[in-house]
Order: sequence, then structure tokens, then C-alpha cells
Amino acid sequence: MSIALGLFTIFAVVAGAFFFLAGTVGLLRFPDPLTRLHALTKADNLGLGLVVIGLLPQVAWPLGAIKLIAIWLIVLFAATTVSQLMARAARDGGPPV
Amino acid sequence: MTIPDLLLAAAVFVLATVALGMVRILRGPAAADRMMAAQLFGTGGIAALLLLGVATEANAVLDVALVLALLAAFASVAFVQGASHPDGDDSKETHSE
Repeated sequence: MSIALGLFTIFAVVAGAFFFLAGTVGLLRFPDPLTRLHALTKADNLGLGLVVIGLLPQVAWPLGAIKLIAIWLIVLFAATTVSQLMARAARDGGPPV
Repeated sequence: MTIPDLLLAAAVFVLATVALGMVRILRGPAAADRMMAAQLFGTGGIAALLLLGVATEANAVLDVALVLALLAAFASVAFVQGASHPDGDDSKETHSE
């Protein structure tokens, strides 16, 4: 049983790390702010989400898992609202740099 | 190659991708792009902290990741607040029409 959980953790964490890389490369190479925001939120939500899912079997079951999920939910809510706000800031051109 | 070794390797990998994302801060034309890289830095930091915390069984590190999750959200909101009315006058609504 623990081998299966170990394998699950390996795959999920590796997939999460891959999405972080994909999001970062997207952030660097995409032409304009809105597409970069798209790539950024992929790295945020998918990368962190997969890492958290991968870590769930490794922590103490009731408390650690709840804390991990709470962290993930906070980042999800923060990332979505902030992405909307940043998209508006990017569309309006933002403060003079 | 035990699970904690893999988690530590994943944490280093995530931090490497975040360091790669910092290039966007150097090149980013608009302030919004720089803020995106800062948000990616926050999320990457959270992921690395979670991986390190679980790899070394230090539960305090999970709480650090929780705090970083909150602060990263506030940083982005502070940026957007500053971007919408650069003169700092919070009373008037943003005229984005």
C-alpha cells in the first residue's frame, strides 16, 4: 500500500514541478501581458495543486492534510482574484514605469 | 532514492524555475509583468516550502508556507491598488471605462 502511495507522490510532485516549469517558460516567452497571465495562473494553480496532492499521503492524516488543503485553497482564491485585478491593471497600462 | 530525496530535488527544481521567472522582472515592459513574476515567486516559494517541510518532517515549515500564501496575495493587491490610482488618492473610484 505504501509503495502505491509513494509512486502516487512521485508522479504528482513531478507533474507539479513540470507545470511550474511550463508556467515559467510561458511567462518568459509569451508576447503580451494577458497571455503571460494565462501562463502564470497555470503554474500557480496546477503546479501547486499537483504538489499539494502529491504531498497529501506523506503528512499526518487528519491535521497535516487539512493544513495542506487549506494552504492550497488560500492560494487558489488569492490567485483567481489577483489575476482578475492584474488583468485589469495590465489592460489599463498600469502606472508609468 | 527515497521519497524525501525526491521532494528535496523537486523543491530545488521549483526554486530554479522561480529564479528563471525572475528574468521577467528584468525584461518586463509593464509593471503588471513584474508583478506577475513576483506572484510566481510567492507561489514557487510556497511550493518549495511545502516540499521542504514534508521532506524534513518539520511541521512548522507548513505554517510558514501558510503565512507566505497570505502575504503573497496582499502584495499583489497592494500593487493593483497602487496601479489603479497612482496619486494614492483612494477616495475616487477607478475610471477604467
